[in-house]
Amino acid sequence: MTGRRATVAAPDRRHPRSWEDPLFRGLAAAAAGFFLLLTGAILLELTRGSSLSLAKFGPSFLWSSAWNPVTGDFGALSSIAGTLISTAIAMALAVPLSLVIALFLVELAPPAVSKPVGAAIELLAAVPSIIYGMWGLFVFAPLMSDHVQPFLSDHLGFLPLFQGPPMGIGMLTAGIILALMILPFITSVMRDVLRMVPPVVKEAGYGMGSTVWEVARQVTVRYGARGMAGACLLGLGRAVGETMAVTFVIGNNHRVSASLFDAGNTIASALANEFAEAADPLYLSALVELGLVLFLITFAIQGLTHAWIRRLERSAGRGL
Amino acid sequence: MQEAGMRRRHARGRKAADLAMRVAASLAALLGIGVLVLILAEVARRGAPALGLAFFTSLPGPPGTEGGGLANAILGTLALTATATAVGVPLGMLAGVYLSEFGRDTRLGAAVRFCVNVLMGLPSILVGLFVWTVLVVPFRSFSGYAGAVALALIMLPVVARTTEDMLALVPHALREGALAVGAPRWRATLIAFKAARGGLITGVLLAVARVSGETAPLLFTALNSPFWPRSMSEPVANLTVTVFQYAMSPYADWQAKAWGASLLIMAAVLTTSLLARTFARERTR
Repeated sequence: MTGRRATVAAPDRRHPRSWEDPLFRGLAAAAAGFFLLLTGAILLELTRGSSLSLAKFGPSFLWSSAWNPVTGDFGALSSIAGTLISTAIAMALAVPLSLVIALFLVELAPPAVSKPVGAAIELLAAVPSIIYGMWGLFVFAPLMSDHVQPFLSDHLGFLPLFQGPPMGIGMLTAGIILALMILPFITSVMRDVLRMVPPVVKEAGYGMGSTVWEVARQVTVRYGARGMAGACLLGLGRAVGETMAVTFVIGNNHRVSASLFDAGNTIASALANEFAEAADPLYLSALVELGLVLFLITFAIQGLTHAWIRRLERSAGRGL
Repeated sequence: MQEAGMRRRHARGRKAADLAMRVAASLAALLGIGVLVLILAEVARRGAPALGLAFFTSLPGPPGTEGGGLANAILGTLALTATATAVGVPLGMLAGVYLSEFGRDTRLGAAVRFCVNVLMGLPSILVGLFVWTVLVVPFRSFSGYAGAVALALIMLPVVARTTEDMLALVPHALREGALAVGAPRWRATLIAFKAARGGLITGVLLAVARVSGETAPLLFTALNSPFWPRSMSEPVANLTVTVFQYAMSPYADWQAKAWGASLLIMAAVLTTSLLARTFARERTR
């Protein structure tokens, strides 16, 4: 392989206009290098922008629940907690449903159904998050306050999770809207993973007399388990930083509350709601530091996803 | 004898479980897909009445008054997206060329690939935050340029990744053939580009679809404006931020316009994605 490449490259070097290819290569390398520069610059600028807040609050910024623009006291606890809670709700709802829909499309539905529906789900994954935000605020939130929240507090009201006035907007609503938003995305990746399970493996199951459900559960899902975990990580990365779908319905309140009915905020929603209005340098700096925290969270998820998919590729040859 | 009987009962149980799970899975799938379709239908139902002629031709009225349109925001979104595409696509493609043609096994290639992944997963609001620190603060003004750059930065990794993937699908023999007859490397790459055309167009269209519905990166870069977009060095009106502001306003007429704008954005994004799919199909044929 390398030998052939060497013979190919040889006439290249003898080409009369020898500046062309170095220039081409240089341009391409410069464009590629720009990505390194950009990633470094983002980390640098976010750190530099939060220097005021870093200097004033130090590491206690991470676990302080204060958020008072008037007295200039800021902490990230409510935003970090809100980000994690809304993402957890979204993943808990979206992952099982995605798995079921993907299984339905790959194993159960006839091609006449699974092809158009699969294509439709891929299209739905492209719907901008602001659409989900609009629907969440004007259609889903009233539904929550009129029906879902009263129902939950009637039947599960002994849990602190479901106490408080049914306002419609709040952490639970944000989590559900987030789940709906990442649902088509996770589903279409899972469907791709499940479709790559070789038919021979499944046929072996049917040959043993297994039912469709048994093959789906014990063969298809097991074979694609790691790929599907990758799909979940990709969805997680999306959910954590999602802004608009959450901002519309979470209520933007810097308070940590045990009840999922209460208004809260996430890092992204705090930025979207407050950044344009913040004038005080310390306030701005605290918001940028929130951004830095979000960057580090997504960076960690990215690293995990990357490592996971790399391991997957090495063990499965080709796969996801 | 007894064993056979047990097996038969067992089989009946397994078949019942199979049926139950099939029905449950189908219902769950129906529920999930149904809710998503309902969302789109609701946006269409509430948005359609707002889309009169004035919506596309006139400026918005003062707060609280009825009438007017969002022509400035439509124009502004088009200008922002076009500028972002003009910046992001060539740069992203060049980087993709490097990754596929020169940087396959180099250390720079691996580092760049890592950065592409990081940037792909970067929440778009952080892109907005970054552009705010480098383009809004120093120039002391929100601007269309800053908005377009933010959108371009979101397109970059998507375009670079698709370009790399699509060029990697082109057989090596094609490039080698060009090089063998004395063509320089850039010409051989151009030929590979031609071969990968369908996939590349798909990638670009998907990137355009993604940024044309983005709101978060514009919130503190392009901001919004009630006027016609005159210069890219001022805040530029755009549909997505308008939806956000109008939806949060107490005026019924503005909320109706937010629905109209949502429908317009959704239709544009879905059309672009559909177009991308047809190009992708052309490639596989």
